[in-house]
Amino acid sequence: MAHGAGGRLSQELTARVFMPHLGNPVLDQLDDQARFEAEPGRIAFTTDTYVVSPIFFPGGNIGDLAVNGTVNDLAVGGAVPRYLSAGFVLEEGLPLADLERIVASMAEAARKAGVVIACGDTKVVQKGQCDRIFINTSGVGFIPPGRDVSCRNLRPGDAVLLSGTIGDHGMAILTTREGLSFQSRIRSDSAALNGMIADLLVVAPNVHAMRDPTRGGVAATLNELANSSSVGIELDEAAIPVREEVRGAAELLGIDPLTVANEGKVLIIVPAAEADAALAAMRAHEHGKEAAIVGKVVEEHPGMVVMRTPFGSRRIVEMPLGEQLPRIC
Amino acid sequence: MADLEARGALSARPKSERRRFAVGGIVQGVGFRPFAWRLAGRFELTGFVRNTGSGVVIEVEGEPDNLDRFEAALRDEAPPLARIASLVRQEIALVEGEPGFVILESSSGESMQTLISPDIAVCAACLRDIADSANRRYRYAFTNCTDCGPRYTIVERIPYDRPFTTMKGFSLCPECQREYGDPADRRFHAQPNACPVCGPKLELRDVSGLRLEFDDEILAAGELLSGGKILAIKGVGGFHLAVDASNEEAVQRLRSRKGREEKPFAVMVRDLAAARELCEIGADEEVALASPQAPIVLLRKRADLRLAASIAPGNDRLGVMLPYSPLHFLLLREGPEALVMTSANFSEEPLVADNAEALERLAGIADAFLMHDRPIARRCDDSVVVQLAGAVRMIRRSRGYAPAPIRLLESGPPVLGTGGELKNALCLAKGGEAFMSQHIGDMKNYEAYRHFDDVAAHMQRIFRTEAELLVHDLHPAYMTTRWALEQGKPTLGVQHHHAHLASCLAEHRHSGPAIGLMLDGVGYGTDDTAWGGEVLIGDAAGAVRFASLEPMPLPGGDAAVRQVWRTALGWLHRSGVSPEGLECFRQPQAAQVLEMLDKGVGTAESSGCGRLFDAVASVSGLRHEAHYEGQAAIELMQAAGGRIADAGYSFGFERQHGRWLMLLSPMLREIAAAVRAGAGATEVAQRFHRTLVGMLAEAAHMASHETGLKTIALSGGVFQNQLLTEALAHNLESNGYKVLMHEQLPTNDGGISLGQAVIGREFLRGRYKGIMNCEL
Ligand SMILES: [Fe+3]
Ligand SMILES: [Mg+2]
Ligand SMILES: [Zn+2]
Ligand SMILES: [Zn+2]
Repeated sequence: MAHGAGGRLSQELTARVFMPHLGNPVLDQLDDQARFEAEPGRIAFTTDTYVVSPIFFPGGNIGDLAVNGTVNDLAVGGAVPRYLSAGFVLEEGLPLADLERIVASMAEAARKAGVVIACGDTKVVQKGQCDRIFINTSGVGFIPPGRDVSCRNLRPGDAVLLSGTIGDHGMAILTTREGLSFQSRIRSDSAALNGMIADLLVVAPNVHAMRDPTRGGVAATLNELANSSSVGIELDEAAIPVREEVRGAAELLGIDPLTVANEGKVLIIVPAAEADAALAAMRAHEHGKEAAIVGKVVEEHPGMVVMRTPFGSRRIVEMPLGEQLPRIC
Repeated sequence: MADLEARGALSARPKSERRRFAVGGIVQGVGFRPFAWRLAGRFELTGFVRNTGSGVVIEVEGEPDNLDRFEAALRDEAPPLARIASLVRQEIALVEGEPGFVILESSSGESMQTLISPDIAVCAACLRDIADSANRRYRYAFTNCTDCGPRYTIVERIPYDRPFTTMKGFSLCPECQREYGDPADRRFHAQPNACPVCGPKLELRDVSGLRLEFDDEILAAGELLSGGKILAIKGVGGFHLAVDASNEEAVQRLRSRKGREEKPFAVMVRDLAAARELCEIGADEEVALASPQAPIVLLRKRADLRLAASIAPGNDRLGVMLPYSPLHFLLLREGPEALVMTSANFSEEPLVADNAEALERLAGIADAFLMHDRPIARRCDDSVVVQLAGAVRMIRRSRGYAPAPIRLLESGPPVLGTGGELKNALCLAKGGEAFMSQHIGDMKNYEAYRHFDDVAAHMQRIFRTEAELLVHDLHPAYMTTRWALEQGKPTLGVQHHHAHLASCLAEHRHSGPAIGLMLDGVGYGTDDTAWGGEVLIGDAAGAVRFASLEPMPLPGGDAAVRQVWRTALGWLHRSGVSPEGLECFRQPQAAQVLEMLDKGVGTAESSGCGRLFDAVASVSGLRHEAHYEGQAAIELMQAAGGRIADAGYSFGFERQHGRWLMLLSPMLREIAAAVRAGAGATEVAQRFHRTLVGMLAEAAHMASHETGLKTIALSGGVFQNQLLTEALAHNLESNGYKVLMHEQLPTNDGGISLGQAVIGREFLRGRYKGIMNCEL
């Protein structure tokens, strides 16, 4: 891919790469804006920019990640995701085959999630101005009337559910990026969760909050929830699913899996009465087979997340600072 | 003649004088007023004694000689729990027609400045009471008097009066009331005074919490222990888990139930004679053992130790304490001669103190519970001391010592030092004194965090002050940092090793700058890396980082603290040492760790000295996994067999980033070569310690040469290493340096909050400069 011809190159990419994969009745209009019918309820609108490195990793690539991430951001707000935009910043020299692979996986991810990529944009920049490819996706969805899912809704007594194993995505990215040989079986969990969430909301309509524990992992997400609702959260260490290979790699690297990013997991906070139904709905879904009740919301220690260890002591789970810092003196 | 003589005697009789003594310190709630009353009687003085806002005021009138003797006795014979910090004398006018000497109630409205006494071991007189079948307190487990018993752990509020203690639920029977009101009685105003009729009662419960009925709970408990059962026993500051120390199977059962692999247990033995049968005891150690503080003393095991082998495996020391409550005393007289007595908790969390909590949390560990109905207001672990470098020094300062103040060189505004992350103890500086809390533990543990919060509030309440500044460690992930920042008060973050230095200087009331050798595991540095082997020059206001150990990679960060072979690999990798002939390279996962090192992933840089011991222990093949903190370092020291080699390995200094780096690679290469050539751990340990002494002494000389300073402060957990500390102190002292080492406070992180507090005062005075770059 070469930079310079500007508009002409973008047009060419649109015709040769984007439209064949992403084409759909809305996008095919190729107007300056996408137009579609509104649905009842409130509109949910989100945006995220994906700059992950490496762009290809076990279990996915930057393309499906950009679709799944935005779909999940809508779904965890209780919305039914409908339309996405896709903005590409491409570094000159990016192999066309790589771009094509990425766009194809975006199309596949959108199809699986049942969303339409409704508009898009492409810019090609000089070498060094970005790292191969950056993708921005924005998304629009509709929240059915009467649904109220919010990070301020947590109540003492609620159950905390997790849809599956943690740390897979972050460990896959880290070990691939650093070329560590001991990670061979770790795959990203990148997946769109709107289907599973829709099933769950049928049987557990009173879900208080949902969040996808992406950057900062379960530790960051639960701390944010505890803070927003001024409640405490108590986790049960033994109940938190972690794949053996992820646990092993994390232990070697001195990383707590609780702080590692996920891209296909969701935390559900639900009144205790609906916990079992919600769990069953998740487990019935392909993305929730290993779902578990991992903790509860408590009145004690508002704003703080505490984890009960198998020995019965309680360890404070802090907001991760980014880098692991030794603290043992 | 007779007449004349009588007249002569009369005329020789000196005129009466009246003196007023203002006594400050721990003089309330410790039997000071009846003590003064008795002295006044002995020296035929009239007057009064009264508690005041700042201590005790005594006015006495009588012959000048007797007044002098009274004053001398006031100092020399003060009750065991009293600590006279100041005594001001004043001549005042005589008072006409005073009938005698009286104890006055403290005038209301006056603000009470009560220094709460630490908890003190049962005294000899009370022991006699409980051993005497004719005494009404015969075998009574809660016997105490003004000279002994619980204090700090039962105080809920001040002033120190029974209604404000956990004794409030027990109303005195007429006999106890009489003692309480009689100045001639040993129990005059003894707030926890109790007897079998009116005081706390023992109860024995099974695992399900069911009360077991026995005529004599202590006898029954003793039998359970003799039968190998694990008992949870409620003591002064919390519960212990106890087993017969001679029953190997029982000790191992306790280990497996508690999930504690090899960390040594402490034992409580009947008396000094029994302690002597287990360990070698020097004169100072004996004094410490039998002191009213009754700490655990780390003693040298006898070769023929007749106790369960798994009490302190691989350790040549044994933690020993003597019974410090009447309950312990009775139990050890009738049960096994030596009991393992370990804090009832899970590693590094505060010990369990509440009955219901004990029944719930210890149900999986204890076979039965020996408890009582006197609540514990503030939990407090046993203290630990060790004889090292010519003094008995603190390892953990808690029961018996907290909250007795440390006297400071200067007075200043109230400041709270929040301490470190592990072995936490906080410090409240008020006026000319610093009050160190009991040991609080690992702040990442939620119970410890709550305990910290509680103690911080409690101490400010009982010492009637509110800190103007909260000082915390620079480490952003320390829970003490989080706590400080959440209080909505002014805060200051100070560098970890600066706090170590300031703490050592403050403890010694040293003014002016000194050279500090600060050696510990890791502490957060001003450059966001982990420091831990530092030569700082300065004082509480600020310090220069003159030199540090060469930073080395810690693969997996804190994971390397347990898997010490990782540290070894990190340091050997950095030193360019190849794997041949070294066991540490043959650990499972060594290949993966080497890959991390090659790629620089998951490794934190650290100049920690504690980690150096870990690395050398593993390179020498001595130990690759530590089951408790410091295990590898302890065993490396022991491997030297108390000897230090004449010649060490190579070391060097290199100027980098504005400081001297103490190079470790040359030594690591030589150790690796020596191990390959067949050198044993003993040889390596002896030469390694020599190298460290040589290198640190050299760094101190360099610092002294630059600055002219001749005082060297040692602080940091590494100085718990007897071999290194004694050799280094000897080296420095024989070169004309004055060496300051912690004595009243632990040299580990349990002592840094004092440093933080005095640094905070410098900050409030506008003198704080922090850590400065070294420009020579
Ligand atoms: Fe330290
Ligand atoms: Mg997002
Ligand atoms: Zn006594
Ligand atoms: Zn009584």
